[in-house]
Amino acid sequence: MSILLIAEHDHQALNPATAKTLTAAAKMGDNIDVLVAGENCQAVADEAAKLSGVSKVLVADNAAYGHQLAENVAALVAELGKDYGHIVAPATTTGKNFMPRVAALLDVAQISDIIAVESADTFKRPIYAGNAIATVQSEDAIKVVTVRATAFDAAEQGGNAEISAVDTVIENTKSRFVGEQLAESERPELTSAEIVISGGRGMQNGENFKLLEDVADKLGAAVGASRAAVDAGFVPNDMQVGQTGKIVAPQLYIAVGISGAIQHLAGMKDSKVIVAINKDEEAPIFQVADYGLVADLFDVLPKLNEKL
Amino acid sequence: MKVLVAVKRVIDYNVKVRVKPDQSDVDLANVKMALNPFCEIAVEEAVRLKESGVADEVVVVSIGPKAVQEQLRTALALGGDRAIHVETESMPDSLVAAKILKGVVEKEQPDLVILGKQSIDSDNNQTGQMLGALTDMPQGTFASKVSVEDGSVEVTREIDGGLQTVKLQLPAIVTTDLRLNEPRYASLPNIMKAKRKPLDTLSTDELGVEVKSTVKLLKVEPPAERSAGVKVADVDELVDKLKNEAKVL
Repeated sequence: MSILLIAEHDHQALNPATAKTLTAAAKMGDNIDVLVAGENCQAVADEAAKLSGVSKVLVADNAAYGHQLAENVAALVAELGKDYGHIVAPATTTGKNFMPRVAALLDVAQISDIIAVESADTFKRPIYAGNAIATVQSEDAIKVVTVRATAFDAAEQGGNAEISAVDTVIENTKSRFVGEQLAESERPELTSAEIVISGGRGMQNGENFKLLEDVADKLGAAVGASRAAVDAGFVPNDMQVGQTGKIVAPQLYIAVGISGAIQHLAGMKDSKVIVAINKDEEAPIFQVADYGLVADLFDVLPKLNEKL
Repeated sequence: MKVLVAVKRVIDYNVKVRVKPDQSDVDLANVKMALNPFCEIAVEEAVRLKESGVADEVVVVSIGPKAVQEQLRTALALGGDRAIHVETESMPDSLVAAKILKGVVEKEQPDLVILGKQSIDSDNNQTGQMLGALTDMPQGTFASKVSVEDGSVEVTREIDGGLQTVKLQLPAIVTTDLRLNEPRYASLPNIMKAKRKPLDTLSTDELGVEVKSTVKLLKVEPPAERSAGVKVADVDELVDKLKNEAKVL
């Protein structure tokens, strides 16, 4: 049975999570078709066609998919997905939004946020905020799966898949897009950055995040935050790393003034190297840190900035 | 307007879970249970809608063994008007839960259904969306702001990269994100009063739903332990280690 992978994109470029999800899909079987649903999204389709291992790219280019409303996208995916053995998407907020709707429309269960593929029907996924790893087997005819992109390497370039248009247009009158406010950032995106530096309550206020940003700019790193820092209003919530925020797994994660609550650890403990900078030597973050520095962050950050 | 809120009994979020030695599941014997934090936010939002005069009745529903009635009483103490307990032997998975909730929706005909975005035990993040598909209702997931006005609800959603606002025609489904509100605490008089509020029990047969999972749990393991790290003395040593030992700079 073939696999339908739903591409994540912003209508202009393919999100890196897609190439990682492709690697996961390739472990489930062959014949992977990629669906690009959006508006004026030909460039995304071209990009997807170049990924190694893609058999075919389906493009549903219509204003109805312009804001990727779950009601429209889910109905489209369920319609196309009937003939596939697996329907796979990255576990981003977009994927999490429409995929369970797809599963319910097809009357099958969904396996969320997998971190490993054991076989075509058996997957590993974290439960209880990453404090346990479950191995689950799906008996459904169609496996609807969302993939934790950070758990897989990106598929390589070098493909040359054929691109074909999908004419199905699904519109609904029950929901409509009103507007969006996107946080602007010139730094790399949090979930795909090689280095992430995050601040917690210990940063004391939003202005002090400048200290982190200076270091981040030298390292080419993304800036994250703990829930405490977000709830205190220091930074916007799309910077939150944790179970309820973003899951990251960079090469290097630097936690500054973060105690290391379970909720936060669930979002970053798969990073290759973890550095903790905290003045409380009892902070739980030191239990997962490869390198710990017990010191005041206001002394450390300027020095670190100078050394880099 | 009638608001239906689905709540789930889960392990208290402060408890560090332990995996059973036979790897069959996590050990929930004698562990403190509580209302799922996202469900608390859902109840709070419904109660605020009632307090602001938008909603006139808040019905809370929970699925599971008899013990879930404790959480329903908590939800009533927080301001719910009445409760529905759908009794099942164990906690059903998301699709079955959504089918059960569909049955409750058909019975109650609410204008708005509010759920948490995910439960902190299974971390699935599915039930609200599935209920949306089954009832053909529009959905506003990961809501950080909800406002109801003439027959529709405007929901500001937390998405990767920022916020998105959608307008949904009622009846609709909203799932709550953390920043939607700050849930209140139940006061002692309200806890006492909640004991007298109506709580009906329904069976899955009455709702015509078969409780059957198509996903088998094969094994539950603790996550891979990270090896213990080292403490460094100062910034110089840290940078040196990152460059030469870990080779990540």
